Amino acid sequence: MFLLFSILFNLLGIHPSNTGYQVGDQAADFSLKNIDGKMVSMSSFPKAKGYIIVFTCNHCPYAVMYEDRLVELSKKYTAKGYQLIAINPNDPAVKPDDSYDKMIVRAKEKSFTFPYLFDEGQQIYPKFGATKTPHVFLLDKQKTVKYIGAIDNNAEDAAAVTERYLENAIAALESGKNPEPAVTKAIGCSIKVKK
Amino acid sequence: MFSIIDANKGIYVILFNTKDVYPLKKSRTLILLLCLSTLLITMSKAQQRLVTFESYASLEKSFHLSSDTTYVVNFWATWCKPCVQELPYFEQFNTENKNKAVKVVLVSLDFAKQIDSHLIPFIEKRKLTSQVVFMADKNYNQWLNKVSPEWSGSIPATLLLRGQQRTFVEQEFDSAEELNTWIHSFIKS
Repeated sequence: MFLLFSILFNLLGIHPSNTGYQVGDQAADFSLKNIDGKMVSMSSFPKAKGYIIVFTCNHCPYAVMYEDRLVELSKKYTAKGYQLIAINPNDPAVKPDDSYDKMIVRAKEKSFTFPYLFDEGQQIYPKFGATKTPHVFLLDKQKTVKYIGAIDNNAEDAAAVTERYLENAIAALESGKNPEPAVTKAIGCSIKVKK
Repeated sequence: MFSIIDANKGIYVILFNTKDVYPLKKSRTLILLLCLSTLLITMSKAQQRLVTFESYASLEKSFHLSSDTTYVVNFWATWCKPCVQELPYFEQFNTENKNKAVKVVLVSLDFAKQIDSHLIPFIEKRKLTSQVVFMADKNYNQWLNKVSPEWSGSIPATLLLRGQQRTFVEQEFDSAEELNTWIHSFIKS
């Protein structure tokens, strides 16, 4: 039965399996254009103790609800050595609001305190296995993936958050432990790809 | 003559200007009653189509009420463009299979504060005939895996369920035909 469904899914062009990074995998570095025109990699921050990679975008209401929280997180954790890097994975041909030019505008409006990179050609998000915005990957100094998922447990109301998954995961790294949970799930917007 | 103010959640305030053009007390009362009943019918129609579930467990329970019915459970939101784009295919399927053992359930993951401003007006404007339910449990990490371990959390996503059999996709459908083929292959399995 399972095989039958797998064949059927393949016939219909449905591929449920995610081949991106799992917790424990070491991530390859990337080089993507930042909103200031300069190329940015993880290695651009040689002193970082870890990296908070956030796939996000301009248009998605869920991503928008987290913009202020990203700024706060970046302020708090840059000081502690964790570099937040936001990456827009969407194809602007599908979502004009997620164009490089509009990224520059949005970053200014919201006073982003972190790099906001454009995944031009959409080569990087599949490597991570990002499927939605926002989608967070926490990496340690060696670029080993330690946590994948949501920022916290209440997108709609920052004041009503009861579990800060990402901050707890960073705290675990700080004390030399593995984050628990290491994977969480939340609703988000699908990554926009041309058909 | 009268106005309705939507004071937050479902509290409707009716202002009736008594200095209006109706000199007879009787006709004034009649008009008021007419207005009230029209309003109540409109409200109950929208609510009839929108049932709220506080937890995924209670929603899933409703899918097991009949073990020979196939439930087509679509997770969507009014703010999700690809969801809204594929909604007509689900509506079409629902209409075409009215007399069969199959039921379309549209599970809205809209924001709680946008039920009155976005969700209910959307249901009314589109005249949705499929059952729409509102999922009030926003602690997604607690229940997304129960829908399917394959679900990473993007929408649209659709679950097919009949008794203990289930299948799931995290993708949008591009045509009514594509959706039809997928559901029918599950029904036949």
